[in-house]
Amino acid sequence: MTLDKTDARPSRRSSTAAKSPLASYLLRRLGSSVLLLLGVTIVTFALTNLVPGDPITAALGEGASNNPATVAAYVERYGLDQPLPVQYLTYLSNLLQGDLGRSLTTGRAVTADLAVAVPATIEIAIGAILVSLLVSVTLGTLAAYRRGLVTDQVVRVVSLVGLSVPTFWLALVAFNLFFLQLGIAPGSGRLSPQLSPPPTVTGFYTLDFLLNGDSVGFVDAMAHLALPVFVLSLFTVGLLTRFIRTSVLEVLDQDYVRAARAKGLSGTRVVLDYVLRGASLPILTVVGIAFGSLLSGTVLVEAVFAWPGLGTYAYNSATSLDLPGVMGVGLVVGVIYLLVNFVVDLLYGFLDPRVRLG
Amino acid sequence: MIRRRRIPIPRAWLTPLAVIGVVIALAWVLIAVTAPLWIPYAPNAQVLPRLQPPGIDTLMGTDSVGRDVFSRLMTGASVTIPLALTLVAVSLTIGTTLGAVAGYFGGWVDEVLMRITDLVMAFPTVILAMVIAASLGPSLFNAVLAAIVVSWPAYARVSRSLVLSLRQQNYVIAGRLLGFSPVRSLLTDILPNIAGPVVVLATLDVGTAILLLSGLSFLGLGAQPPTAEWGSMISSAIQNFDAWWIGVFPGLAILTVVLAFNFIGDSLRDILDPVSGGAREAAAAIPVVPGQPTAREAVV
Repeated sequence: MTLDKTDARPSRRSSTAAKSPLASYLLRRLGSSVLLLLGVTIVTFALTNLVPGDPITAALGEGASNNPATVAAYVERYGLDQPLPVQYLTYLSNLLQGDLGRSLTTGRAVTADLAVAVPATIEIAIGAILVSLLVSVTLGTLAAYRRGLVTDQVVRVVSLVGLSVPTFWLALVAFNLFFLQLGIAPGSGRLSPQLSPPPTVTGFYTLDFLLNGDSVGFVDAMAHLALPVFVLSLFTVGLLTRFIRTSVLEVLDQDYVRAARAKGLSGTRVVLDYVLRGASLPILTVVGIAFGSLLSGTVLVEAVFAWPGLGTYAYNSATSLDLPGVMGVGLVVGVIYLLVNFVVDLLYGFLDPRVRLG
Repeated sequence: MIRRRRIPIPRAWLTPLAVIGVVIALAWVLIAVTAPLWIPYAPNAQVLPRLQPPGIDTLMGTDSVGRDVFSRLMTGASVTIPLALTLVAVSLTIGTTLGAVAGYFGGWVDEVLMRITDLVMAFPTVILAMVIAASLGPSLFNAVLAAIVVSWPAYARVSRSLVLSLRQQNYVIAGRLLGFSPVRSLLTDILPNIAGPVVVLATLDVGTAILLLSGLSFLGLGAQPPTAEWGSMISSAIQNFDAWWIGVFPGLAILTVVLAFNFIGDSLRDILDPVSGGAREAAAAIPVVPGQPTAREAVV
């Protein structure tokens, strides 16, 4: 660290692309991301090799595994006759060519499976984030304004209940009540059986139906989203509300909020333009965290609603010791985790110009 | 004398939420200990008519093979609660030790330990625990092991960040100047002062542990039939949706136990928050949800 004043003074002209703080920040970020993903592959690889099975028969099926030539080709392709470290390196080099191997459970390429499962899960997760943001921003702001009063206590209990409900149980109860007993919600899966999936553009059924101009399909897909999204939202509401209350409380103490009130702005204007804007950074952070916990919660909820997403895929792969499947899930989840964190950090700079990446 | 800062906890017990939490939690612990003495039927005895709705004789009805749901539910407390407490105690010990060592020594020790922590935390807890439990083979013991693997990093993070802020305090430096070994310095000067926040985290974590264990059992990766465990009782309800009582009551049991511990933990966290600057620091190190980054890490 030098104390040279000419160096310390910010100067746009002297910074070239290579030396710009943003570029070096992105490089460092990329480096640590690659390391983390490498770690993820090592961990999943080690985990799934704890129990030895016979992946060859499982992958090729009974018929093909009787054919020595097919077996030899398969063994060579995935290096299954090699010691574990070599197998791992083979997996890595296949990975770099976009080949995640063949799932032992579905018999299809893991990349093809994930291309279907990931959007299915992200669709629920985004729905749950939107619903719970709406609810918890309202509840959190209300609680902060009514600090210490009955409303505040009620909101607190509600959010603690949200954090305490077993999601798989709530999913079952909701499924039983709204589908089987009352019949006002559709059954399990992403679509009613009589409808066929929309042509794949984004993988999100709702969006793909819209792009295709199919309103019947869109409504059906939305209806199927309702229960899983509701169930997942409850936990997220619990998680977000406490955070939002604290952030709003901190902003309410600020001079600029007092000034806005003093100059006679309406309560709604103050909340929307000053308070929530000021609290947006911490809210954004916790939304990033909530996304991670949603990916976790979705496993149990997908199991109940037979939702063909990442959670179901992870469960099927894990229970049948399907190494390529589990590795694929681990990687995808790692990538999602990194992407969400990255987007949150970028949005920081956008929401608050004082934040500098670098 | 070396001055030690102690974080006060007492008044927590006076808030209504904490009182409710303590009462419910104690009631469940009491049930767990005494249930075998007074439950009307043996938990695995298939002696009653099948699928009986709740009534005078069977308070919570019977399941699809004629077992008393009430007796199984009460027995379930003695399965889940001790395991959850053990799980939390072990994660706390591992995590706090590693975190304190990382924070105290810094340098490459810190770097290595924290990268491992990051790695574990990059996985969604349920997915990682599920993979571990499946690889080890489905059993309640393995589910507990899997849960420990995913829950220690939260303690490591919290204790590390607390140790980092404490090791520059004058009383700790004074101890070092007096020639305390690192072990003594950690045990006598630092650990007593990080205990408060770590205990709060542990209280909240009991709830998370119960949710995780029952979730794994629900997926068939934890308790195996015929064990009277709440999560697997709920999963057995899938075959008989009309007999709502088979699944609804075990869920309520989980909800009330977890809620009780969350009430207690949340009230304890409140006590740490508003008092002095040091206590505020400590409270900021406790994540809202165990296993997630803390408020300080998240916002700063």
